[in-house]
Order: sequence, then C-alpha cells, then structure tokens
Amino acid sequence: MNFETTIGLEVHVELKTKSKMFSPSANEFGDTPNMNTNVIDWGYPGVLPTVNRGAIEYGMRAALALNATVSKENHFDRKNYFYPDNPKAYQITQFEQPIGTKGWVEVHLSDGSTKKIGIEELHLEEDAGKNTHTGQYSYVDLNRQGTPLIEIVSAPDMHSPEEAYEYMETLRQIIQFTGVSDVKMEEGSLRVDANISIRPVGQKEYGVKTELKNINSFSFLRKGLEYEEKRQAQILLSGGTIRQETRGFNENTGETVLQRVKEGSDDYRYFPEPDIPPLHIDDDWIEKVRASIPEMPASRRNRYINDFGLTASDAQVLTANLEMSDFYEATVAAGADAKLASNWLQGEVSAYLNAEHLGLADTKLTPAHLATMISLITDGTISSKIAKKVFKEIITNGSEPKAWVEAKGMVQLSDPAKLLPMITEVLDNNAQSIEDFKNGKDRAIGFLVGQLMKQTHGQANPKVVNQLLIGELKKR
Amino acid sequence: MAISKEQVTHVANLARLSFTDEELGQFTDQLSQITDMFNELQEVDTTGVAPMTHVVDLVNVLRPDEPAPANPAERDALLHNAPDAQDGYIKVPAILDNGGTDAE
Amino acid sequence: MNYFENDLTALHQALVNHDITSYDLTQQTLAALKETDQKVNGFLALNEEKALATAKAIDEKGIDPDNILAGIPIAIKDNIMTKDLKTTAASKILENFVPVYDATVMQKLYDKDLVVVGKTNMDEFAMGGSTENSAFKTTKNPWNLTKVPGGSSGGSAAVVSAGMVPVALGSDTGGSIRQPASFTGIVGMKPTYGRVSRWGLIAFGSSLDEIGPMTRSVKDNAAVLNVIAGHDVHDGTTVDQPVPDFTAGIDQGVAGLKIGLPKEYLGEGVQAEVKDAILAAADKFRELGATVEEVSLPHSQYGVAAYYIISSSEASSNLQRFDGIRYGVRTQNAKNLDDVYVNSRTEGFGPEVKRRIMLGMYSLSAGYYDAYFKKAAQVRTLMKQDFENVFKDYDLIMGPVAPTTAYGIGEDVTDPLTMYAGDVLSVPVNMAGLPGLSLPAGFAKGLPIGMQLIGQPFAETTIYKAGYAFEQATTFHQEVPTLGGND
Repeated sequence: MNFETTIGLEVHVELKTKSKMFSPSANEFGDTPNMNTNVIDWGYPGVLPTVNRGAIEYGMRAALALNATVSKENHFDRKNYFYPDNPKAYQITQFEQPIGTKGWVEVHLSDGSTKKIGIEELHLEEDAGKNTHTGQYSYVDLNRQGTPLIEIVSAPDMHSPEEAYEYMETLRQIIQFTGVSDVKMEEGSLRVDANISIRPVGQKEYGVKTELKNINSFSFLRKGLEYEEKRQAQILLSGGTIRQETRGFNENTGETVLQRVKEGSDDYRYFPEPDIPPLHIDDDWIEKVRASIPEMPASRRNRYINDFGLTASDAQVLTANLEMSDFYEATVAAGADAKLASNWLQGEVSAYLNAEHLGLADTKLTPAHLATMISLITDGTISSKIAKKVFKEIITNGSEPKAWVEAKGMVQLSDPAKLLPMITEVLDNNAQSIEDFKNGKDRAIGFLVGQLMKQTHGQANPKVVNQLLIGELKKR
Repeated sequence: MAISKEQVTHVANLARLSFTDEELGQFTDQLSQITDMFNELQEVDTTGVAPMTHVVDLVNVLRPDEPAPANPAERDALLHNAPDAQDGYIKVPAILDNGGTDAE
Repeated sequence: MNYFENDLTALHQALVNHDITSYDLTQQTLAALKETDQKVNGFLALNEEKALATAKAIDEKGIDPDNILAGIPIAIKDNIMTKDLKTTAASKILENFVPVYDATVMQKLYDKDLVVVGKTNMDEFAMGGSTENSAFKTTKNPWNLTKVPGGSSGGSAAVVSAGMVPVALGSDTGGSIRQPASFTGIVGMKPTYGRVSRWGLIAFGSSLDEIGPMTRSVKDNAAVLNVIAGHDVHDGTTVDQPVPDFTAGIDQGVAGLKIGLPKEYLGEGVQAEVKDAILAAADKFRELGATVEEVSLPHSQYGVAAYYIISSSEASSNLQRFDGIRYGVRTQNAKNLDDVYVNSRTEGFGPEVKRRIMLGMYSLSAGYYDAYFKKAAQVRTLMKQDFENVFKDYDLIMGPVAPTTAYGIGEDVTDPLTMYAGDVLSVPVNMAGLPGLSLPAGFAKGLPIGMQLIGQPFAETTIYKAGYAFEQATTFHQEVPTLGGND
C-alpha cells in the first residue's frame, strides 16, 4: 500500500517590540528572573491590559509579507487554562477573528520545482512565562510573560518532510526580512509544532494526525517527520490504528516519543476579551504598514542578478539571511566592486564566521572597511596575500584598512625607480639564472621573482617585478 | 434541561474546585434551577442580532511601543507577596508534565 | 462634626474657616465610627495611622478653598486596590493581601486630598445583594439592624447611611451601588460604563463593572464623581472625553424634562409600598414641571438571565487568577501542584462565588457557548436597543431600584434564584452601560425606598439635575437611621 503524507505546521514567532503585548514592561528576558515584570504581567487583581500598537503593526507587517489579507475587523479573545506560567489563567489571543487570513509562501524544492504552501491564518497573542524544574519544585520566571507572538497556521498543504523543512526556511527568511523578529529557534523566538498524518493514496479523508512538539531545529523537524511517516505507515501496514497524540523528538535516538494522548478536545472556554475594544483596520493604515515593509528576499535576489551581475546562486546565498544581505548592499554602496564583495562575503568572511561560530554583528567588520580593502586590492596597493592579513586585522580589531596598511608598511612596492636597483643586484648575484633564461628556461624568472620578494619581505608588486625583470633580462 | 452530576463534576474540574458529595448534589440542583431560568432566553428571537461584547463603541485603543524601565522595588514587593519564592523566582510544587505551555 | 447635618459644602466651609482641622475631623470621625461600627459592622479594616498622618499633612499644606473634597474622610469598598492597605474583596483567598499599587480612583482621591479612613465590607468579590456573602462579617442595615444593608457595596452604604463617613466609594456590576443605597436611604451613582477607570478594581464582570460614589446627598455625589471620573490610559475601556463639572447647574430644575416610566418596572413582584413611592415620585416630577409618561422596555424580563450568564462567565475567567501561586492564600494542604490549585480555590472561595464560577464556566464550556453566552450577548444588544428607543423621546427613565425594601438577614441566603430575581430592575442599566442613580424616595415600615434615575450614556448631569430637584422638593433624605432592631 502506498501512503500520502499530510503535514500542517503551527509556527510561533516572538515579535521584537520594545515593550510587551499588553503591558509596558520591557520585552527582554534572559537576565534576572522577574526583573522585566509588573503587576500586569503578574496578573494582579484589578489590572487591565493595554494593547501595544507596535505589536499590532508588526503583526500586520508579517501578514502582508506572507501574502495574507489583513482583517479589517478583528478582536482579542480569552483562552482559559490554569498553569503556573500563565498568571491570569487565561491567555489573550485571537480566536474568532485573527489579524490575517489566507496567505501563502512559495518554496523551492530540491528537484528544482517550486510550490505554493497556503497559510490559513495569523493571529496575535501573548507568550507565557517560563518554568524551570529542580527536584520537587518548579520555579516561575515571568520575564517572558506577555511577549508579543504571532502564530502562523499553515494549510495542510505539505506532503513531505522536505516540503515542511523548506516551508520553515522560507517562512523564517521572510519574517526575518520584515524585521519583526529575530526568528532564532535556538533562542525560542521561532517555535514550530507539526501535525502529521498519512492516508492510503486515493483515500479522501485525512488519516488520524499526531502532533510533534518541542522541536529544536529545522533538521530535527525533518527527521522527526520522517520518523513519524515511517512509524505511522508501519502501524497501518500491520493492521493497527493511529492514536491522536502529542509526541516529542528524541535528538539522540532520532525517534519520536509519546508525550500525551489527547482525549477529546481541550475546553478552553474562549470568549471575547471584554477589557480590550476591537480593532478596526482601514486601508490607509494597511498601506502605511505595507510601505514600511523592507524589501523581501526574492526582490533583492532579482536586483543582485540584474543590477550587480551576480549569478542566481550567489544571489541566493547572499539573501539567505537579512544581516548578510544588508551587509552586502552596504559594502557595494560604499564603493566596492559588486562581484568582488560577493566573493569576499561568501569566501573569507563566511569561512571566518563559521570557524569562529560568530555572526557578522559579533565582529568588528564594517561594510566601509571591507569596501576600502577591496579597492586597495583592485588598485594594486596591496597584494591578495597581504589582503588576507589586512582582512584578519579589520575583522578582529576593526582597524581602518588603508591607514593600517600604511602604518604597517604593507603597501606594495610598485615604483620602478625603487625596484630597478634591487633587480640589478639580484641579476648580478644570479648569473646562472640569466644563463637559464637565455636557454629558454622560464622557470628562471620564477626563481628571480622569488629572490626579489624575499628581499622586499613580500611587498614588491609581483606583476611590476615580472615586467621589469623581463626587460632587464633582455638587456643582458 | 437538568444538569447531571457528571456535568457538574466536569465543570468543577475546569474550575479547579472540589466538592463533597453533598455539595455536589446541592450544586447540581441549584445549577439546574438556574440554567432553567437561563433557558428562558431561548424564547427571544435573536435572528440576525449581533452579540454585544463591548458596551461602549471604542476601537483601536492602543499604547505606543515604549518600554517602562525595570522597577526592582516593585519586583521585590511582588516577590514578597508570593506565598513561596526563591532566588527571584515564584516557587511551586513540581510541574510534572512537559514543563511549559509556551503559548499554544 | 455631624455628617447627618453637614454636607460637603458645610464641611468644606468649616475646614476653610479653620473651625476644624482635617486632623481633628479625621480623629473625631475615627473615634465615632469605631463606636457606631460595633453595631453596624460596615468596616473590614481601618486606616487609622495613615489617615491621621495624611490629614495632618493636608492641614499643613492648607485646605484649598476651591477643592470641596480637601481634607474630607472617605471609606473605600474593599475590592478597590489600596497600596499598602489590606484589600481582600471580603474573600478568604485574599485574607491579609496587601496591594503593591493603587487603583486609579485612589490616586485621584489622594491628588484631591481626601482622607481614606478604611475599607468597607461587601459580598465576596462583589457577588451578592446583601453583603451576607462576606467571608468576614455581616453588615447590618442602620435603619434596622436585623435587616441586610443590601449589596454588594453594603459596607459602604451602611457607613454612609449611619453617618460614620460623609462619602464612600462602591462598585456596581448589576446594582451593587444602587441597591444598597436604596436599602439604606442614601444616594448612589453607577456612572456610565467607561466614565470611571476600572484600573485597580478587582474585576467581577469586566464589561459591566463600574466604580461610583455613595453619599448622603445628590450634590455631594456629583462632587465626588467630578474627582473620580475621566479617561485613563491604564483602562482601554474608558472614554477619552472631557469630564463636565457635574455640580454645575445642578439646581436648574426639571421643567420641560421628559421622563419615561417603564411599565415593566412596576409589574409583578414589586412591593406595593415601593410602587406607590415611585408613582408618588412621578407626580412630584410632574409638579416640578417635568413630563412623566409610561414607556416600555420589552426585554426587561430577560435581563436577569442574560446578566447572570454574562457576569458569571466573565467572573469565572477573572477569578481564575486567584490560584494560590503568586499572591493571596496558598493552601497548607498541598502535596502537589494540582492540590495548590484545587485546595487553595476550594478553601478560599465562599459558596456564592463558587456558584457563579460554576455557572460561568458552564455557560462558556464547549457545547453551551452558543446557547448561553452568545445568546445572552445577543439579548444584551436588544436590551440596549430598548433603551435607545426610549431615549429617542425621553431624557430620563425612572423606576424603583429594587422590587422590595431591605429584607431580613438570613432570609434569602439559601435560595439563589430569589436573590437573583431581586436584581431585575438594576441589571439592565449595567447591561446597556448606562448611568443610574439611586436616591431616597420614601419609606415602608421604617425602611428606605430608593428611586432609580437612568440616563443616556454620559448624561450624568441630567440625572443629577433631576435627582437634586427631587431631593430639594422632598424630605426623605433628611431622615436619620435609628440603629435599632425594631423588627
């Protein structure tokens, strides 16, 4: 029997607003527990939520970037459940009328094809606090409580773990370029839950789905889904039935493990939030937000190819993340040759970042310095060998490349008036090489250039030295 | 439409309340009577009537995205009011399931 | 200073003239109320030390001659958050809870130099109409100590009625200011929803709750509303519009005013004396130059059912935060986290609160939402439309506040349905978000009868004018309670 897989993803994205969704506490966490909290975040008696305009506009921005329709009338609802990290025992979310509906993204698959994946809805809500556990006790930190979130619910349009993986990549990229979130899975600003079911090819109804939760990376998502596809198929093939359950992914074994069997549906007793008047979003507001959306990766790629003459694959690599793309554009804007800037960023810069496990922002490299360094190479001021030293310096210490090169005396020696006496000296001392040259042994030139480079501690411009040397040899 | 004891027990679970058998019986009777009264609403023709969730016609009541500075004194007062706190955390008996709701 | 004989204007004059200092007034007030409250049981906590210190500071600064409330003692219902002053909402789950912040209304009172003398008793979490649902004490009606003072703001009503303080704040979700005002013969205003900030009011029914003043006279009431009203950035449901001076032109009379008297408000279940008092009041208004005509609010009879669904649903959600985790009382009786939740709540809430939580959870739960919560919200729309239709032709609506005068302590407490039915005349105002005033309009067997004046949204000024005209033309408000138990 052949099976068809159906996957739907629910993605939570933390918005990087300055303040929280419904309280003015700073939207920062990770340091002193409960430092960025106030009476609202603690769900004190008598407190009321106030809505962060920034979060609404970030939500609209994400909706528009994902080709969704912004709902002109929407409101918040309460989702009721008790949990220590949920201080009011209700989460303010959007249940009846989310801020965005019916969007889509286009993903590129490894066979070269593209596919549109639908997005059912995007809704705004608040994050919960965080619990940690030691022995008999749990400890609650409410710093994260109230962080604005958008939840993006895909259509059940994905039919393979690869499609799910590519959907996540594309989604992450788009959201990152909108500037509303860092979308870092390792920091929890991007989280994904997956629903997966299989059914015999040709069957109309979906199979029973399992939910995959607490996944820490895109590749674990893919591996977990691959495992789940096989596990479900084995059960069906052996005549069993799939249970509706929540499963986790064990990173060590590569298997999914049962976390909770779902009995019936949860009863969250949703109702419209009486403390928050509804939102009415008119066209003017939508257009204002639309105009504030930075250029998306696809458009940047086109520009790189058409305006900068890059290859499609170069453009792809440079737009993989916003930081790299912005850095590249700034380097070109600072006067660097577009192709060389692309080569440097994909070559030396990426190699350095990978080796040091750093992001661009963690280094002292600036677009202006990189551009200056590239022009020092193109105008012959430094050799590409020296350039490697210069690069090391500007990325680790942030020195201005031109000044540093001059201070260190690393400028290439290209002046014939200075080089000629040295060449004469080298020739005088290497009669054998002159003989070899005259006998047609080109190797001799290499040897002589090497001697000169030695004498100048590598600063002589090899191209100039070569020309002068041949001229002098011919004279002898 | 009388409410059953099972329904009352279900709702009590949702509410994180527990009742003795006697209380449960009493509540079941009372809730049945009260919901009988509620059922009188079914007489009202509400076809096409929008439900009212806000009594004043306000929309788009928004706050600028400006963070308030952290207030360590307020934090101390909040932690002081907690029935149990340790090292700046609110302390509770161990949570035994998956360890967090994140936001669902 | 005797609060039966001196209204705010007189008190203010005495303070400005240095006939008395705020400190002495506060001290006398505290001394007298401690005596009187042994009979009435209106206070849950006194704020003696701080009140005296505040009064002293106000004296030192000088009484502002333009601020009628400077140096005046006030009592606060115990569901309003008072920083550093115990706030319990009369519930065991908040026993000894000390807030870390002040309600917006408190900030406004402090800004105007009022002196908070204490917190008043109430039905637990404002759920009830007799103050018998307090976890801590039973407040008595100053007119007859065997009777309830009404509720849920029964403590605030009783301490004003008994002359212990000149003014108090209450809160009104379905009649909790107006009904106790009616039962104790004082003036109570439930302002328009959105007029007064709810920031710091422990939420019961969020779409219904409103804080309002309880006073001995209409003019005093308007003076207090002047201070507590206004837009608040902390409360997104407050309306951003200027607050008029509610006392300005209060004496302009009712000539030409059109008043509607809903036939549904004098129907079955309304005590004969109450009906007579309201009809007499209608005549009084006619005498004063107003028109009073019968009108209809056809969905009135569904008000109680719709109200109990909506208020209980909202309450069931609002009261979930009382879980013994972050503040309040955590059970001593917990082996695990689930015990913390279940036992803290089961031990901490009284029977009426549990009943409302259960009703609300049920109304919102899967499979019942449409039949209950949504249906009630639709009926609410129709109730509001009823009022809008009447207000096309009329300036005000008048009627009783409650179908009866104060009943005996212990009489109704076992039967929730009878208790809920008593709210039939007061809940429509909350459902429609309108302002409603209760003021003395007669007596039956020595117990006060209250009249309700209902206005259009934000038309408190019209209500106060009519209330003042009626008050000036009658003597009911001049009667003084006996503090006796002549049953």
